[in-house]
Amino acid sequence: MTNHGAGRTLAEKVWDQHLVRKAEGSEPDLLYIDLHLVHEVTSPQAFDGLRLAGRTVRRPDLTLATEDHNVPTLDVLAPIADPVSRTQVETLRRNCAEFGVPLYPMNHAEQGIVHVVGPQLGLTQPGLTVVCGDSHTSTHGAFGALAFGIGTSEVEHVLATQTLPLNRFKTMAINVNSSDGTLRPGVTSKDVVLAMIAQIGTGGGQGYVLEYRGNVIENLSMEARMTICNMSIEAGARAGMIAPDDTTFAYLKGRDHAPSGAAWDEAVAAWRGLRTDDEAVFDAEIHIDADALTPFVTWGTNPGQGLPLSENVPDPARIIDENERVAAEKALTYMGLQAGTPLRKITVDTVFVGSCTNGRIEDLRAAAKILDGHKVADGVRMLVVPGSMRVRAQAEQEGLDKVFTAAGAEWRSAGCSMCLGMNPDQLAPGERSASTSNRNFEGRQGKGGRTHLVSPLVAAATAVRGTLSSPEDLR
Amino acid sequence: MEPFTTHTGIGVPLRRSNVDTDQIIPAVYLKRVTRTGFADGLFSAWRADESFVLNIEPFSRGSVLVAGPDFGTGSSREHAVWALMDYGFRVVISSRFADIFRGNSAKQGLIAAQVTQPDVELLWKLLENEPGTEVTVDLREKTVQAKDLTVGFEIDDYTRWRLLEGLDDIGLTLRHTDDIAAFEAGRPARLPVTTPVR
Ligand code: SF4
Repeated sequence: MTNHGAGRTLAEKVWDQHLVRKAEGSEPDLLYIDLHLVHEVTSPQAFDGLRLAGRTVRRPDLTLATEDHNVPTLDVLAPIADPVSRTQVETLRRNCAEFGVPLYPMNHAEQGIVHVVGPQLGLTQPGLTVVCGDSHTSTHGAFGALAFGIGTSEVEHVLATQTLPLNRFKTMAINVNSSDGTLRPGVTSKDVVLAMIAQIGTGGGQGYVLEYRGNVIENLSMEARMTICNMSIEAGARAGMIAPDDTTFAYLKGRDHAPSGAAWDEAVAAWRGLRTDDEAVFDAEIHIDADALTPFVTWGTNPGQGLPLSENVPDPARIIDENERVAAEKALTYMGLQAGTPLRKITVDTVFVGSCTNGRIEDLRAAAKILDGHKVADGVRMLVVPGSMRVRAQAEQEGLDKVFTAAGAEWRSAGCSMCLGMNPDQLAPGERSASTSNRNFEGRQGKGGRTHLVSPLVAAATAVRGTLSSPEDLR
Repeated sequence: MEPFTTHTGIGVPLRRSNVDTDQIIPAVYLKRVTRTGFADGLFSAWRADESFVLNIEPFSRGSVLVAGPDFGTGSSREHAVWALMDYGFRVVISSRFADIFRGNSAKQGLIAAQVTQPDVELLWKLLENEPGTEVTVDLREKTVQAKDLTVGFEIDDYTRWRLLEGLDDIGLTLRHTDDIAAFEAGRPARLPVTTPVR
C-alpha cells in the first residue's frame, strides 16, 4: 500500500491501526492479528511446531477452532469412517484441549464452516485483522475487516505471537453501480463476483486488496456481501473488503460476541471512520455496469471461465491470446463440452447448494423459494448442505428443510462437503454439477467431476429442469 | 531453534542434479498431522533401490548431504525440509538451490550451503573413496572441511545471522515481545474474544 497523499483507503487504515512495528529497511511490517480461525486440515503441523519448540498459544482467547473440511454430513453421530479425516479431526481436538483453544466440534450447535461461524457469532467485526489457514478467509472482509488466508508456518507464527510479518499490499477499487442501485431480478451477488472474475481474470487481483464500492454494493445484505468478498481470492487477490455501514451494524447488533451497551456506541463511532477517504487514490480501479448483468455460470475449469447463462459454450478458436486458447481447449475437453452449445442445454447430474460462498440462511431461503412446489428433475441428485449448524437450525425453524425434502433434495448436516470432496460427498468421474461453491478446478468436487459454478437461484432452477437454468425458465 | 555454529557428521554423496521436492518427499506422505515422522518418506522412491546411497552403511547414518545442482525444485511443500531434518540431516551442500527450498530451509534451521560444482565433485570423490568420512561445516567461517580439503560456501548474511543466533521467524518476532505487549495494552476493551459466551 503506497501512500498517494493525504487520503487513505479503508485497507490502509486497518493496516495502520495494527502496526506493532513498522518496517526497517527490507524487513516487513509486523501486524497484530485480532482474530485467528483454525480448522483441522492446516493446523496440525502448526501445533506440532509449537510443541517441538516448547511454545504456547499467546492468545487462545483470540483463537477459535471448528471442524469443517473433513466432516461427514450424514450419520454425524457415528465415528468418521475415513481414517485420515478421523485422525485430523481427533488431532484438532487434542491440540485445542492441550493449548486451551476454544473449539466447536461436530454436532455442537455452533459447529460449521469457519467462514460462516465467525460472522454469525459476531466475532467478525469492522476494522479487525482476521486470518485463517484457508484462502477463503477473504469472506470476513465483508464487514470491513482485513482478512486473508495464510500457510501452515504462518498459522504457527500467529499462534505463538498473535502477529504476522507482512509486506504491504496494493489496493484496487471494484466499483459496482447500476442506475437505481439494485440488481435485475434473478441476479445475485454471486453473479456480480463471477462477472468480476471473468473481467479481470484469475490473476487480475494478484498482490491487491480489493475494495468493493458503489451503489449496488451499498444496497446488498451482509450475506450477499460475504459471497462477493469470499470469491476475491479466485481473482488472485489477497483480500476483499467492503466499508462498514448501517447494514453491517444492524447485522452485528445483539450477536453473541458483538459489543453491547456503551461499548456498542463506542464501537459504532469507531466503525464509522472505517471508510476510504475521498482524497485517497487506489493503485488500480475497475468498473462493473450492473444494469447489464444477468445470471452468470462458468463453463470451464477455473472461476474466470464464465459467461452469462444466455450465451453459448465459447469457441476456443476465436480466442486470440494463445495461453487462454489452450486453456479453453483443455477445459472444454475436461468438461466434455462442444463449442457453440447453448449453456442452457447443458444437463447436470448433481446440484450442490452450500459452502462458505453460498451456504448461509439467505442462500437457502432463495433456493427454497424457487424450489417450492416443484420437484427435482428425474436423474438429478440435489444436496443442500447448510454452512453451519446454526443455519441448519434456523432453516428447519422456517420449514425450509421440508421444502427441500418435498422437492426430492437431500438435507444434510453442516460442513464443507462437496465444495472440495474431502468427505464422502463427491462427484463420480464424468459427473456434472451445478454448484454454489467457489472452485471449478479439475477434480475439485471428486476425481473427474465437472463443475459449473452458479448462484443459489440458478442452482435451484437447474435442479428442477435438469439443465442449466435461471428462475425465469420456470415460468 | 538451536543456534548453529558448527556441525560435524558423515557426508553422503548424492550424485544427482535437479532433486525436486517430489523426490525428496512424495505427495502420498503429506497427509500426516505431525511435522516429524517424515523420515520414512525421504527419497522413498529411490530408497526402494538397494544400491541407493542411503541404503549403504555408513551413509545411512549421514547428516551432511552433498548433492548436484538445482536441489529442491518443484512444489513448495515445507515437508521436504521436515523430511530431511527428521532423517537426521543438518546440512545440504549443493552448487545451486531452488529459492523456495532455500527459504523453507532457513525457516526450519537446515543449512543450505552453496559451493561451486567443482567443489561438489571434489567432495563426492572424497566421500566415495573413503565412506564414512566426516564433514565439518562451520557457519561462522563459512567453510566446509573434510580430511585435508577445505572449501568456502555461500549463504546470505541475514540467514547466516539468524541461524547463528538460533532465531527462526517466530524467534525473531518474539524478540519484539515488548512491542507486542505494548500494542495489546493499547487495544480497546470492546474488541471481541472467542471465549464461548454460553
Ligand atoms: S466451503 Fe469450500 S472453500 Fe469454503 S472453507 Fe470449506 S472447503 Fe474451503
